[in-house]
Amino acid sequence: MTGGSELAVRVSDVTSVAQDIKRFRLEPVAGPLPTFSAGSHIVVSMFASDRRIRNPYSLMGVGGASAYEISVLRTANSRGGSIFMHEHVTKGTELIISQPVNLFPINHTGRKHILIAGGIGITPFITMAHQLKALDQPFQLHYAARSQERSAYAQQLKDLYGDRVFLYRDNEGHSIPLEALLKNQPLGTHLYVCGPEGMINGVLKTGLAAGWPKESLHAERFLAPPSGKPFTVRLVRSGLTVRVDEHQSILEAVEAVGVNAPYLCRGGACGQCETAVVACDGQIVHNDNYLDPDVQKSGAAIMICVSRLNGSELALNL
Amino acid sequence: MLVSGIKSRPKYATLEPDPFAIFNLVLVEGEGAGAAARLLESADHQFRTRTTVLYSGSGQAADCLSSFQIHRMQFLPTIETLLIRLDGFLTTATMGIRLYVAGTEGFIGQVIQHAERFAVDHKSIITEHCGSLARRIQCVHCKGITENVTTNVARCGHCGVNLLIRDHYSRRFAAFMGVSTDAEAPGVLPPIQEMFR
Amino acid sequence: MKAIAFRTDKFRDDFSFANSEYGIRRFPFPFHEDKYMYTVNIEPHTAGPVGSVFEFEIDVDEHYVAEMRDRALVLNEDPLRCQALPHMMMAQWDLVELLMTNMAKDYPDQFSLTKNGAQWRWINRPLEIDQTFIFGDPATLPYPPMEYITRQSQGDFCLIDQRDGNLWMDAGMVTTQADWSLDFDIGMNFMEWHGPVPIAHESGVFDRALKFLLNLQVGRPVRRLNWTMTINPRLDTSPENYHKWGIDRSTVNPGNVGEKVHLRVELQGLWRLPRSNAILFTIRCYLLRLDEMITVPKWARRLHRVLKTLPPELVDYKGLSRYRDTTIEWLSKFDDGAPTSAGIGPD
Repeated sequence: MTGGSELAVRVSDVTSVAQDIKRFRLEPVAGPLPTFSAGSHIVVSMFASDRRIRNPYSLMGVGGASAYEISVLRTANSRGGSIFMHEHVTKGTELIISQPVNLFPINHTGRKHILIAGGIGITPFITMAHQLKALDQPFQLHYAARSQERSAYAQQLKDLYGDRVFLYRDNEGHSIPLEALLKNQPLGTHLYVCGPEGMINGVLKTGLAAGWPKESLHAERFLAPPSGKPFTVRLVRSGLTVRVDEHQSILEAVEAVGVNAPYLCRGGACGQCETAVVACDGQIVHNDNYLDPDVQKSGAAIMICVSRLNGSELALNL
Repeated sequence: MLVSGIKSRPKYATLEPDPFAIFNLVLVEGEGAGAAARLLESADHQFRTRTTVLYSGSGQAADCLSSFQIHRMQFLPTIETLLIRLDGFLTTATMGIRLYVAGTEGFIGQVIQHAERFAVDHKSIITEHCGSLARRIQCVHCKGITENVTTNVARCGHCGVNLLIRDHYSRRFAAFMGVSTDAEAPGVLPPIQEMFR
Repeated sequence: MKAIAFRTDKFRDDFSFANSEYGIRRFPFPFHEDKYMYTVNIEPHTAGPVGSVFEFEIDVDEHYVAEMRDRALVLNEDPLRCQALPHMMMAQWDLVELLMTNMAKDYPDQFSLTKNGAQWRWINRPLEIDQTFIFGDPATLPYPPMEYITRQSQGDFCLIDQRDGNLWMDAGMVTTQADWSLDFDIGMNFMEWHGPVPIAHESGVFDRALKFLLNLQVGRPVRRLNWTMTINPRLDTSPENYHKWGIDRSTVNPGNVGEKVHLRVELQGLWRLPRSNAILFTIRCYLLRLDEMITVPKWARRLHRVLKTLPPELVDYKGLSRYRDTTIEWLSKFDDGAPTSAGIGPD
């Protein structure tokens, strides 16, 4: 299964919602958009001048049918996806998106839900809070951002959910009182975190250190495929050899030469793009959150959407 | 119908201290006292000051457990009264506690069953099987539970049907399944063997 | 205009059940070759040939009214055949939407669904139901949502929660099962509820199936076929009632194989549900009497060969032991050793 089937959409609105953050409203070109569960994301394909960029964005808002909304933080990262969205996507631009995929669902057996957002990590919680309120489930949202100017949707969330929402601004000296938060929660509480990688790792580590079982801690990592030195990939079954550039993932490189490798999340989490390694001249750099440590160590498999080679050539069973 | 060899029956480990737990609750029955003693022995002082033990079993074993300096030790006359105390504790317990259980399979199963009602994730509960392999079984026909079954075939204590004891296990009922063994040929029972002692 | 001639079958008492000729020809014969072994055998649940059981996502056939009557009787005797753990309410509504939408779209003569915002009106002509309700408000339906709609849909339905990298059987309507108990299995995870199935675990079938299902996407349902055999056209072959129907297995003799022995095929469907992120697992049961089956010569030859070569663990697990030899003997009369064509369809 290569991704889900794709949908054609047209941008019907672009609004600046905070410093460096724009919201894009996407309407379907034909037929209604599928209903989605809270925590879902779509993969947006952008056709930049020399290549196709695909980035995952959380779906905000309520459920779909007539339009999807996503928010994009402009980062000076060299892959260029967010820059492309900010500079080249306007009202009327047509894009291709994947079907919604959910790797960050609400745990329905939870009796209370604590949502922790850092910066642009607020986006999956917009729909989650809505769904939790509709289900009458107790929840709290703790939203930290660098400054008020960067806190997209803060006021709307406060208006909708009142004292369930706590706002923190780094530049005003606030930070989320995580240890206190973890202390007196009733049994059956689940915690969800989305934000910068370092914040996620910190929250999960603190959660475990507070005696919370790992099944009660959930994270959404928007792992952009990390960059690295270029290398060559030999596709044993297709008989092709392709170069993987610095800012290109193996998956993107093989797609560029017409090989349709299976994928789903494109962020190293779901396992769909797991590919067998036939030979390896160098050291595999595993950047995923999916393979068992033993498998990673053995070098028998690689998640081609995010992992790389530190070396000259990697031969894959593709 | 197959009796044994299925992959989904529960597995148990050994009791080991979780250093991250903010509080430890140790539920012990009968021969499980040995496992509990080893747990407390291997833990440090900090761990023990955050530990309560609930024990139902012989006086001798109770003495051995009493020698440890822990937060609280309580002796209960029966498993049923121990479970009542467990419910009481869990009513006000918070995230970060850890449960440890040692004893027979039926005891472990009932502790997990009660804990799940309070939203404790069963995977977080540390268990060690000690003592008899006798089974709690649920008669799939009348839904009644019969305790202490040690043979491959047993009569349901509620409706009287002759039941074949299977390895298929339900956490929700803390019991193995019992299904009529002579439905296809009434009165014809397989050789009765002691299987779970 | 597509009328369906609903039959007045009985799946108990006098067992007055039969398939029409059309029913026989469209029966989902499960064997594509002359032997049987477990495989994942999942394929996309896309539109199949017109008139086949695969034509529509949800199949409604000539036995619809009779099956719904039998379901109501089962539930009356044992309400525990339909249960939902409390956290599955959203999945229940997803199921209501899926079944009503599909049945109204593909069988417009029999069912219709009109929506006015959250106010829905559902008309079920064969069962004479006209129900207006608020989608999302359980108080506006006479039964909880899953029970409500599955009392009007053929086959068994399981709602499976996805969490902790696993699948959990957390709700279901199960009255036409081949011998497993919803009441016992509810709350189990994928490996646990498949525990009793022999052989398959060793070959890694379930590990691969679980990985695949965890990534199942909305809009991309899949299906597979499963099979067993039943004596008399009894839908309710539950473990709960086994002490009542088990005896049927010992009533087969060379003179009554054709009339008593039935091939029982399950068309299993799996959908990802949009709001709850749960998985719907349907088990749609089709029965074919052996004396109906032999009107298709290829099927008679093939079933004979499959039964002859079936591994002993499967014979035992599928409950065939008592009557397998008698059935093989009877089928041998219809097997001239001629080659059989590939695929499941009649020649």
